[in-house]
Amino acid sequence: MGENREELQRRLKRWEETVLAEYLKERPESRKEFITTSSVPIRRLHTPLDIPPGHFNQKVGLPGEYPYTRGVHPTMYRGRLWTMRMFSGLGRAEDTNRRFKYLIKHGETGLSVAFDMPTLYGYDTDDDEAKGEFGTCGVAVSSLKDMEVLFDGIDIGEISTSMTINAPASVIWAMYLGNAERRGIPFSRLRGTIQNDILKEYQAQKEWIYPPEASMRLVIDTFEYGSKMVPQWNTISISGYHIREAGATAVQELAFTLRNGIEYVQWAVDRGLKVDEFAPRLSFFFNSHNDLFEEIAKFRAARRIWAREMRETFKAKSPRSWWLRFHTQTAGVSLTAQQPEANIVRVALQGLAAVLGGTQSLHTNSYDEAYQVPNEKAVRIALRTQQILAHETGVVNTVDPLGGSYFVESLTDFMEEEAYKYFDRINRFGGCLPAIKKGFFQQEIANSAYRYQTEIENKERTIVGVNDYVTEDVNVPEPLRISKASFEKQLKRLQSLRKSRDKQKHKKSLEKLHDVAAGKGNTMPAILDAVRAHATLGEICSVLREVFGTWKEPLLY
Amino acid sequence: MQLVDRLLKGDKRAAAKIISMIEDRDAQAQKVVSLLRPHTGKAHIIGLTGPPGAGKSTLISALVREFRSRGKRVGVIAVDPTSPFTGGALLGDRVRMTDVGMDDGVYIRSMATRGHVGGLALATYDAVKVLEAMGMEKVFVETAGAGQSEVEVANLAHTTVIVEMPGSGDSIQILKAGILEIGDVYTVNKADEGGAESMVTNLKSVLPEDREGWAPPVLTTVASEGKGVPELADRLEEHFSYLKKSGRLGEKERIRSEVELRDALTETMLEKLTTSKGGKKLYEDVLDKVASRKLDPHTAAKRLLSGKTG
Amino acid sequence: MAKKIRVLIAKPGLDGHDRGAKVIARALRDAGMEVIYTGLRQTPRDIVEAAIQEDVDAIGLSCLSGAHMTLFPEVVKLLKQKGADEIVVAGGGIIPEEDIPKLKKAGIKAVFGPGTRLEDVVKFFEHAAGK
Repeated sequence: MGENREELQRRLKRWEETVLAEYLKERPESRKEFITTSSVPIRRLHTPLDIPPGHFNQKVGLPGEYPYTRGVHPTMYRGRLWTMRMFSGLGRAEDTNRRFKYLIKHGETGLSVAFDMPTLYGYDTDDDEAKGEFGTCGVAVSSLKDMEVLFDGIDIGEISTSMTINAPASVIWAMYLGNAERRGIPFSRLRGTIQNDILKEYQAQKEWIYPPEASMRLVIDTFEYGSKMVPQWNTISISGYHIREAGATAVQELAFTLRNGIEYVQWAVDRGLKVDEFAPRLSFFFNSHNDLFEEIAKFRAARRIWAREMRETFKAKSPRSWWLRFHTQTAGVSLTAQQPEANIVRVALQGLAAVLGGTQSLHTNSYDEAYQVPNEKAVRIALRTQQILAHETGVVNTVDPLGGSYFVESLTDFMEEEAYKYFDRINRFGGCLPAIKKGFFQQEIANSAYRYQTEIENKERTIVGVNDYVTEDVNVPEPLRISKASFEKQLKRLQSLRKSRDKQKHKKSLEKLHDVAAGKGNTMPAILDAVRAHATLGEICSVLREVFGTWKEPLLY
Repeated sequence: MQLVDRLLKGDKRAAAKIISMIEDRDAQAQKVVSLLRPHTGKAHIIGLTGPPGAGKSTLISALVREFRSRGKRVGVIAVDPTSPFTGGALLGDRVRMTDVGMDDGVYIRSMATRGHVGGLALATYDAVKVLEAMGMEKVFVETAGAGQSEVEVANLAHTTVIVEMPGSGDSIQILKAGILEIGDVYTVNKADEGGAESMVTNLKSVLPEDREGWAPPVLTTVASEGKGVPELADRLEEHFSYLKKSGRLGEKERIRSEVELRDALTETMLEKLTTSKGGKKLYEDVLDKVASRKLDPHTAAKRLLSGKTG
Repeated sequence: MAKKIRVLIAKPGLDGHDRGAKVIARALRDAGMEVIYTGLRQTPRDIVEAAIQEDVDAIGLSCLSGAHMTLFPEVVKLLKQKGADEIVVAGGGIIPEEDIPKLKKAGIKAVFGPGTRLEDVVKFFEHAAGK
């Protein structure tokens, strides 16, 4: 920096009293406050005075080195671009398999699976609860057979797969592993992620099955199993995306996500796992919302906080344990149904924020996602958005381009401070589980959601095309439909599976699972055996529901 | 009257409609309530109150399930506060009882206090009669757990249950005037959380061991898991028997009737005063005088009742 | 005393995205209505039973998972069966334009998609209760 701080202080004061004051007289500012997407007021100007002495060495540093504020790798995108990983899923396994191949053809570099509601909740397509919900927001996977078809013709030994599945994550993962086994691919070669973040379900997305303690056990079982048997697999994607989508502010997203991460690490350590054994395989998943700089600051603060907690609090020795690696998805909640083409612009800017923030992997939304699962043209545009960012904008040329910006550095620090305030509050409850049971997260999120909506209602916040710049004409791309025929076919597949499997083997495997679940052993091997015996998702989850019970949430507005 | 006939047969829609009429202070409402009178008096009315977060709704849900398994028909009235600023209310108790909401032998109604100052609205008392007339053998009334309605529920109910929770930390909470005198049965819910034992001890130490022949028990429950619920239900039955055997039931009915009478008197008087010819203006004039300190409220009241001005 | 408007806000089916439903519930409360929120994972039968017991003027259904064409009309059908079809039903969530006329034909009085203003929802329920 080298600026004489006092001199700068004086200069700033002079500027405020003369240049600024005069200008304001002529042209007052257009608003009383300029706020971020999270309603955080932003100051007019940032200068070197906002960066305390010693800041660079203590807080910023160099990429690939503690505290990783600037990035987990020294060369970032110069060494390797982020993975272009488009979240996809619809209808039956065949339909989604086709979409996977389409995206790979058009340049996506990693797979990401979206499951339908019944699957997310551990129900088979033919369960009562699944009525009307088959394949509408993701692919239906009820059995090992479905998993086989889903990845037919795709080399899962080569490409990495991320699966957005939470409450029944162990089962779906077991099906993925079972499928690899059938194809002769050793587990050691498999790369991918299961989201498997049950804490944020209780807080935000609400796709839970069992009560919190039982669910945490299942998660730690996967950490244990993965660290031994599937070493390249990320057994969790600790997520802020959904927390943000439910209405949280950027700070809440940051704080709740990282605190959840800390909770998982603590549980694993309490079980007796060595932190360096599993921590390198913890990954994260963030939202990228409208406010460019707030998001960038959030990502940078996240890396710094995690590195510190892992090294200082959990005493992890391996640098790999200190890295916060994350996937990003552009904010679904920011998409408008009105003038949907405008979403292409929103997504491009949100994608830019993610890249400037150093994401390892990115999903860009399609412009029609405010009202449907994306059609082919829309998803192709979304993919092209990433490719343009990577090859045409030059943002990959240097690492952490915004490092050193007075604004971004002070915003990063601010977010970090605010996050720690939330850590204190959550710690006072006694941790994540008591706070969840008391509805703390849910209340915070609902309050932020309500405030945001009120700002839109009062026009304090403009959403282009919705409360301003409105047009009358509606441009509706063809909607994507799940046919009844598809549903019938899925039912048939399930029925034939139930008929043709070895009934004895099937029965025994579920009984074994029941015993293991009721005891203290790791559930993964028993789940895998049940999968191999062609037990369906619904059947396996039913056994677990019997043992663990189901969860009912405390309600707060 | 058709609606009443259907109600007496147990028709839930009729019950719902009648309660709405009562809440809206519909002109027909009073007539309907008087028609119900002969069909009331058999149900066991159980009031539940306690601090927010203690798990009252979950506990009621569990008790409903328990009594249903004992072959009883159960009604629930859940009261939540109306916002004094907006006049609206979020009635959030039903959501915790959804697993019993579909049972034919169960009826659940959410009611807002609708600005009734201090205690329970007359509408709540009348709503209880509707559930009685409908054939419900157990009627639970859950109150907001804040302010006067806590104490008032003891006037309405035969058996009052105080639901506490562990580690409120604030021991002053349990010494709150009235709470310790009105409870017939106490339970520390969420007993699986730390501090339950000390809460039980605290309560036992400040509660009377014997109140006119009844020893208020202090139980523990984990409503979300159904633990301690059958025992709680047993105590409720015991208390009802005690009331009948000791003759206390008649006393309780008298207390309730007095509260209803007074409330009805106030309501009728106010209505008469403010809706009669010139009555509204007179009322406003007197109010102005009181507000500008020209008249004290007591004198003002006498004047209004006697119909004089100025 | 002015009659209070009572509304049931419900989440039928498995969809757990309740941000919108909760915001609407609060907005209606702030507009002076009595709101009963059913919580998640309600079947159409649960919803109709609750609506009848609570004698609501209207029901607001929220679904973001694409299952609205099955679930929403089912609620209307059950209300009719139980002789409670004067209860007005509205829906909201992720609903393609194409489905709106079909839903209206099935008895859903209004559909509030993404970008709907709270004011419009409030006005609708005030009007629906007035009848």
